[in-house]
Amino acid sequence: MINETVAVIWALLIATGIFLYVCMDGFDLGVGILFPWLRDREDRDTAVNTVAPVWDGNETWLVLGGGGLFAVFPLAYAVILPALYMPLIVMLLALIFRGVAFEMRFRAETPKQRLWWDRAFSGGSMVATFCQGIALGALVQGIEVEERAYAGGWWDWVSGFSVLTGLALMAGYGLLGACWLIWKTEGALQDRGRELARWLGSLTLGFILVVSLVMPFLQPEFRARWFDFPAILLALPVPVLVVLLAWRFYRALDESEEAARKRPGPVPPRQVLWHDGVPFFCALGLFLLSYIGLGISMWPMIVPPEITIWEAAAPESTQVFILVGAAVLIPIILAYTGYVYWLFRGKVQAGQGYH
Amino acid sequence: MLWDAFPSALDMARFQFAFTVTFHFLFPAFTIGLASYLAVLEGLWLWTKREVYLDLFRYWVKVFAVNFAMGVVSGIVMSYQFGTNWSAFSDRTGPVLGPLLGYEVLTAFFLEAGFLGVMLFGLGRVGKGLHFLATCLVAIGTLISGFWILSANSWMQTPSGYSIGPDGRFLPEDWWAIIFNPSFPLRYLHTITGTFLTTALIVGAVGAWHLLRNGANERARVMFSMAMWMTAAVAPAQLVFGDLQGLWALHYQPQKVAAMEGHWETQRGAPLILFGMPDMEREETRMSLEIPRLGSLILRHDWDGEIQGLKEFPPDQRPTNVPLVFWSFRIMVAAGLLMIALGFVSLWLRWRGTLYRTDWFLRWAVGMGPSGLIAVTFGWITTEAGRQPFTVYGLMRTADSVSPIAAPAVATSLALFIVVYFIVFGAGIWYLFRLFRHPPEAHETGAEAEPPIRTAGITPAPSVGRDRRHGAHPEPAE
Repeated sequence: MINETVAVIWALLIATGIFLYVCMDGFDLGVGILFPWLRDREDRDTAVNTVAPVWDGNETWLVLGGGGLFAVFPLAYAVILPALYMPLIVMLLALIFRGVAFEMRFRAETPKQRLWWDRAFSGGSMVATFCQGIALGALVQGIEVEERAYAGGWWDWVSGFSVLTGLALMAGYGLLGACWLIWKTEGALQDRGRELARWLGSLTLGFILVVSLVMPFLQPEFRARWFDFPAILLALPVPVLVVLLAWRFYRALDESEEAARKRPGPVPPRQVLWHDGVPFFCALGLFLLSYIGLGISMWPMIVPPEITIWEAAAPESTQVFILVGAAVLIPIILAYTGYVYWLFRGKVQAGQGYH
Repeated sequence: MLWDAFPSALDMARFQFAFTVTFHFLFPAFTIGLASYLAVLEGLWLWTKREVYLDLFRYWVKVFAVNFAMGVVSGIVMSYQFGTNWSAFSDRTGPVLGPLLGYEVLTAFFLEAGFLGVMLFGLGRVGKGLHFLATCLVAIGTLISGFWILSANSWMQTPSGYSIGPDGRFLPEDWWAIIFNPSFPLRYLHTITGTFLTTALIVGAVGAWHLLRNGANERARVMFSMAMWMTAAVAPAQLVFGDLQGLWALHYQPQKVAAMEGHWETQRGAPLILFGMPDMEREETRMSLEIPRLGSLILRHDWDGEIQGLKEFPPDQRPTNVPLVFWSFRIMVAAGLLMIALGFVSLWLRWRGTLYRTDWFLRWAVGMGPSGLIAVTFGWITTEAGRQPFTVYGLMRTADSVSPIAAPAVATSLALFIVVYFIVFGAGIWYLFRLFRHPPEAHETGAEAEPPIRTAGITPAPSVGRDRRHGAHPEPAE
């Protein structure tokens, strides 16, 4: 019984960790995805500088996702990772390109070199995002398992649905990136961010709709969750909230635009304009609702359609041993992560002395 | 069949892991020592108020940023590769090893990544004391990270504190015994010392290189002097730690030590084989150059001590590549002996007062730059290849640990890893050399003079005009 409860706690913790990863690396990958639409060099520099002090920490949540799964649900780790072999490997390689390009694009010695690092940064962000989306789609779709091991081939992850989720995540991260730029920049770059956020918002909402329509037909269990009484009572608020949030999102964009128009001059350093942050938090809300919708479909499966969180769970002593540490450390981590974000708060001005 | 000509999926998965982990470890091997060095430099600056330490901090923090980024992204690969390529291993050992890696993330990675931003961009944005704290936390983070990952590795070498469940899984029984397994404390000491030496030798080489160009550069003198003190003090200590670790290995992994020594027959008063060709088919070490009895003296601390040879063990319990273990070990030891010599000579030259202007010595120090990385890499190859054919020593075979991934998939990923690593990290390392080539200057611009700091609005304006991010070169006009 204790073990079962601990497994549930851990499932929620890991789900939270993955969600935090999606929120945080989502916007910094998103900034990379938007590069083709940010042609101006100074804009690109400013955009990268908005995430420079925090991207390392953001990516650490991805390591926590992998490490946490290995520790607490080793069976899930041992089945999911081989099943998603190619998308995961390509994602890791794309993150390498992107991470190194991050450091290197400022150090390029010729415009041509810089262009190549920009391409590595942008391409790496896009490919990593697309692969994460594919991995998600392939997992939701179901993984073939025999005797505690992955039993499918190395191309099983390819499907219309996984490509759909891949594209959906690109739109979603792009949206987060655009909203982040609205919050962290001003002037022409902020206008560009708003423009991008408008159509990426529509695109993301369209993807949410299509994925939601397809999902129930992937597995009978999913269908039961969404269409059978009384489960529908739990599930119904999710789409309703999505609609409300979408409305709030577009209003927030208008408000931010108006505030920018009225502003007489540059925003003082370190001043946080919360109204510019509302679109970002609305976009995060859309992510959260989609994530909860996904959770409603999958619960209590960790590897659909075969393995539940209890079947995948590590023995109790393992789960408790690391839970003790997590209970102490995660609040500390959140505190100092929050502190670092606070330290680098406010608008990032375009660099001087560049030309 | 076409695929018959290719190596097996298992061999390619092994090679992929070896390739990615070897490449990865080059970065932390330098990062761990460099983080502590930066903490020392900043501490000295705050304590003595001498600008030269701040200049050196700023010089090396730029190197640190690039190196750290490469370590992070190549490290994420490692945390996933256990699952992608070694899923059977992960399933069985997850309950024991998973929490060690989980604690590494929770106690170290977040700490490093969180405060790295403050360390790189925060000077001027936070107080000096707080910035120093951030630098120290990053340094401590690297040491904690090493603690957990080496504990996990050591458990694979000397498993303890576990039981085996009916389904073959390793189940934790005693976490203290798991974390502080027999080979861990010395391995930790030996490895961390190795990273300090690695850093000292790179810093020393860069200092020496600039002294050869301009012997009056005070910052180059200071870094070279610090590096040589470190080498002189620590290289001999490392020999002792290595010897102690060898004694432990002899107790827990006699096959590995036999392969390192090239001993096939069990004998009393065994010789020390300096060089030779271990021949696995003939089960002997050919053309060996030996010093009688010295092997027994080193390993047993007794002229007549008995040393077990490889033939004592059935062939399927012996390391699968004896020459690799044998030669890697010799390369590590040779590099270590050269470091000790460098340290002693530096003391002598220092005593004579010619440390900064003895050209042949400066050139030697430049040449020794990569020796720390070489020693650390080959030391790891020795201990990991020597652990074969097991992943968990004596309990789980490498062949039973691998994922059910088809050979073409592993071949594809391996090819991608090789291409991407050489391009990306090649470019990164090339850039590190560009940084090294630049002499450390007075009023060195640091990472904190970079664009993001301008949001603070408190950057001293004069420093803004000439710098470009991390670099002190003027930006070429577009």
